[in-house]
Amino acid sequence: MSHSEHKDYAGAKLGMWLFLFTEIILFGGLFILYAVYLHRYPREFSSGGHELNVIYGATNTMVLLTSSLMVAMAVTAIQGGRKLLTLRLLVGTILCAAIFMGIKYVEWSAKIHHGIYPGSAKLAAGPPGESIFFGLYYLSTGLHGLHVLIGGSVLAWIGVKVRRGVVTGDDFVLLENGALYWHLVDLIWIFIFPLYYLML
Amino acid sequence: MTEASHHIISYRKLSAVWGLLLLLTAATVLITRLDLGPYKIVGALSIACIKSGLVIAIFMHMKYEGRLLRILLFVALVTLAIFIGFTFFDVLYR
Repeated sequence: MSHSEHKDYAGAKLGMWLFLFTEIILFGGLFILYAVYLHRYPREFSSGGHELNVIYGATNTMVLLTSSLMVAMAVTAIQGGRKLLTLRLLVGTILCAAIFMGIKYVEWSAKIHHGIYPGSAKLAAGPPGESIFFGLYYLSTGLHGLHVLIGGSVLAWIGVKVRRGVVTGDDFVLLENGALYWHLVDLIWIFIFPLYYLML
Repeated sequence: MTEASHHIISYRKLSAVWGLLLLLTAATVLITRLDLGPYKIVGALSIACIKSGLVIAIFMHMKYEGRLLRILLFVALVTLAIFIGFTFFDVLYR
């Protein structure tokens, strides 16, 4: 390229963080709904929570924490100019995203198989607290799952740019911002896991 | 990119944080298996807050960022706390 592009490292990062704050508020809203309905229907929330599989939830927590480690290491690797290592770590992160979605698929399938899904006849016949619990469960984990899919795709796109030498040890803010988004996905799961799977 | 402000975090430090996060996850699972009554929620959410603090500070480099981002993070968290707090003023004393 003959012309030098304008780069604003601090601005790019500030923009990413501002976006992440809106995401925190978005999921925060779902957690407020959860808290209010837990207060109103403690018994139904407790029985609903006990139907969720702790093993799946705990495994997915470890998978996401590991993926977060790998993407953080990818940032360290690109800062040191280690392109191959960066790519390997990004592939690892995306693999973790795939494992997470696979486990989520098995989990949701089992629930749907048992007639537990938004608008199902079983939930409609049960107490209102139960359908609210599972409605919130599907909304929260579904929106989070969508973030996993988007995050995985964004990291794959950034991986291609690393491979082509567009994102390098001298210009890595794109990878840093992608990593920030991925950490946010992990951050939200850190709260979803105890709220839905553990403490009820 | 001329600023010398890029702090490179070592692989060892990142791995240590990861280990700590896994330990804290195990701790959450353990304490929620006990019969602690309302302290279960307090315990589980306190550990979740510690975990998210670690992720934000180290994995997300917030510990090494300038004042602007840190103040903005604080503002975002205070906003969330106000949302939660005022909702509960309404829910609990209606």
